[in-house]
Amino acid sequence: MKCKDVIRELSNYLDGELTREMLAEVERHMQHCEDCRLVIDTTRHTISLFCNQEPAPLPDDVHERLHQALEKRLRQSRV
Amino acid sequence: MNPATTKPQPSTIVKDDEAQLVAAAKAGDGSSFNELVSRYESKIFRLAQNITRNREDAEDVMQEAFLKAYTHLDNFQGDSRFYTWLVRIAVNEALMKLRKRRPGEFSLDEPVESDDDFIPREIADWGPLPDQRYERNQLNSILSEAIEKLEPDFRVVFVLRDVEELSTEETAKLLGLSVPAVKSRLLRARLRLRQKLNRFFERE
Repeated sequence: MKCKDVIRELSNYLDGELTREMLAEVERHMQHCEDCRLVIDTTRHTISLFCNQEPAPLPDDVHERLHQALEKRLRQSRV
Repeated sequence: MNPATTKPQPSTIVKDDEAQLVAAAKAGDGSSFNELVSRYESKIFRLAQNITRNREDAEDVMQEAFLKAYTHLDNFQGDSRFYTWLVRIAVNEALMKLRKRRPGEFSLDEPVESDDDFIPREIADWGPLPDQRYERNQLNSILSEAIEKLEPDFRVVFVLRDVEELSTEETAKLLGLSVPAVKSRLLRARLRLRQKLNRFFERE
């Protein structure tokens, strides 16, 4: 397995979707390939940074306009 | 002050009570619906911003998504999380906006794959906790800037799979793409983002 083949399987590797045979091949490659190991580690980290990122609170003006629009709709549906 | 525009305090209702809130909202209780909105408004706004890359559009998308959710609340059957249902509505709104503003920017065609896509550049060790080098605000802007610069075809797939954590199948269905197309776009999105972030996080 070459570096290019490992990178093609990177998502499947990180998402735990490789067959047992492919997994063994990727891991065998990583044992002697520092570059692939680093790419996989840093990609894993990239995903976790985005996935764990807390959203910023809604800006006050945006929040206010949203709730005004909702209040208007709620009032209409009560009529 | 109008109570409807008062910024709510963080909810004390535990997540498991969501079904009760939805049931009450369906029965016409506006304050329960407001509570659901307050719980998810910042996430839906971020999702809309990530897709449209425009604050005004994102605000329109978010408002429209919550208003549609309220109108069609009876269609929510409770077979997924309420948030997932909201995400579906918001993504459809955001894609409509994106297509209207920039026709052809999000394509359903699979871009031609070149071997070059799979040759990572800028390979470096980031160390165990690279993000701790930055304040939260700084980190947020680094991540927002990186995602904004990603091509829309890749950005939308990445946002749904890795930020919103939808499954590959759900993402494919929402976007009208095949499962292999989602996987291929996701892989390239992840590699490009990794490359964009490298200069911020590589170990000094």
